[in-house]
Amino acid sequence: MNISNQEYGELAKRVSPPSSMAKTIPMAFLIGGAICTLGEALLNMYAALGFSQDDAGALTSMSLIFLSALLTGLKLYDRIAQHAGAGTLVPITGFANSIVSPALEFKSEGFVLGLGAKMFVIAGPVLVYGISASIVYGIIYYIQTLL
Amino acid sequence: MAICEGKTFRYSNASIVSYGSVAGKVESDGPFGDEFDEIIEDNKGSADTWEQAEALFQQKALKRAMEKANLVPEKMDLIFAGDLLNQCTGSSYGLKDFYVPFLGIYGACSTFAEGLLLAGAMVNAGYVENAAAVSSSHFSSAERQFRFPLNYGGVRTPTAQWTATAAGAAIVSASQNPPFIKAATVGKIQDMGISDLNNMGAAMAGAAYDTISRHLKHMGSHPEDYDAIITGDLGEVGSNMLYELFRRDGVALEERHKDCGLLIYDREKQDVHAGGSGCGCSASMMCGHFLKNVENGGLKRILYVATGALMSPTMVQQGGNIPGIAHAVEITHK
Amino acid sequence: MDIFLDYLWAFLVGGALCAIGQVLIDLTKLTPARILTSYVVAGVILGALGWYEPIVDFAGGGATVPLTGFGNLLAKGVRRAVDENGLLGAFMGGFTSAAVGVSAAIFFGLLAALVFKSGSKINETS
Repeated sequence: MNISNQEYGELAKRVSPPSSMAKTIPMAFLIGGAICTLGEALLNMYAALGFSQDDAGALTSMSLIFLSALLTGLKLYDRIAQHAGAGTLVPITGFANSIVSPALEFKSEGFVLGLGAKMFVIAGPVLVYGISASIVYGIIYYIQTLL
Repeated sequence: MAICEGKTFRYSNASIVSYGSVAGKVESDGPFGDEFDEIIEDNKGSADTWEQAEALFQQKALKRAMEKANLVPEKMDLIFAGDLLNQCTGSSYGLKDFYVPFLGIYGACSTFAEGLLLAGAMVNAGYVENAAAVSSSHFSSAERQFRFPLNYGGVRTPTAQWTATAAGAAIVSASQNPPFIKAATVGKIQDMGISDLNNMGAAMAGAAYDTISRHLKHMGSHPEDYDAIITGDLGEVGSNMLYELFRRDGVALEERHKDCGLLIYDREKQDVHAGGSGCGCSASMMCGHFLKNVENGGLKRILYVATGALMSPTMVQQGGNIPGIAHAVEITHK
Repeated sequence: MDIFLDYLWAFLVGGALCAIGQVLIDLTKLTPARILTSYVVAGVILGALGWYEPIVDFAGGGATVPLTGFGNLLAKGVRRAVDENGLLGAFMGGFTSAAVGVSAAIFFGLLAALVFKSGSKINETS
């Protein structure tokens, strides 16, 4: 070779096109913002129906997750995501998509080892580290209450 | 330190007597859509799963090639085939019903060139009369195995490439008719320190440079001597890196260079980022387009250099790099 | 007018949280799974520090719908459970508050997989 690996790596970086952030960031902002606004509307709707704040929040999550599962099943969620980027990733709908899409995908390997086992292949770490962080916080909080 | 130069094999009696190609929907919408023998609009055909679909693509490609040469399975002596699926099952499941002696090969996206140079060698040596090289890739089976579920809304980076849903098959025999396999150079595994799974072009460009340089040196030829130097699937990033590497040697490769990954799709209109990739990308472009043009004399002398990223997600997750490889096959009209 | 402002803030704060995620994707090459994980853990930490609840009061869905809101919910649930059950609560609160979201995702995921088939990614010709 007429080039060192270090120089080669720099060359790779130089010729690789950067993400067109002028387009991706506004799209993520717009679509992500729109999903959150829908969440706000659902919250207000459930509150108006007489649910407590906590229940309205839970119902809102459920509704958004249902909507995401439906759009994933109809193969629309990933199409929107092609344009939305993090706008469809960061909301709870993205979490739902990360659970529903492997379930759909790996059904071909059976209901137990495919669908069932692979369901959390993407979302697994979210629960592992989210729940663990909450337990660590719970222990710290408990010690604080003793002091 | 002395560096292994390898050998360039010369062939005197190996001709590609027939070739067949099958492609999917996105490929049929590309600029070469009319040139493939068969299009499977739903990317699945009669198969139930994507893995079975990929096997079906290989089966159909070989069937097409055999029909064109009026060959029945009993007349076939040997098949070299490979794909990207774990354990190369696209090949073994797709070709099992031919009941022809079979050697599975793996060279990632360089597999078709590997098969072609091996088939040529076996024919040229006189061991067999008719040997086939077959390879395929399928967008959906590759996504499932290497990346994410199809309906997951993950984001593709601009350097990522789109795995072609396509297969190609070529049959090599001793014949007086073009296209002829004239020479071939086997690639060396090149680890250039690239570890980005979304930048395969960069991982392979070094290997392409090494193989092309050695081939030209051994043949005493220059890029101008070829009508085209056709790389497999370097895509936009890898092609630009290849030009830069040759520029350092004072060679302007871009004048003769074509890349199947950049050709197979209309990158203005189709959302494929840095271009196509996969074993089926260059296999279908060779069998659908280039071999035809060598046969009718539109192209007199080409160098086909299929490039492969020898990667496994497991090794990369364990901190490994992505080594590349490239094999060169020189194909001529005379 | 107030209701309009509520929606505006939900849109702006939610959009901003997504835009930060996009910046992380574009600049750091973090994979989607890592971004989701970071957001949830960040939400737990911000919730524990008591910094997230004011944003929720202010932006409503703009703060609860992104995954940081899920993290905040975990922190809130743990705090409540520790208040009621002591140390055992640390191991109860997270799952309790995540129950609806996770159960819904599992069940609707199962339903969707039963009803639909995985499909070819559609490459739109623009």
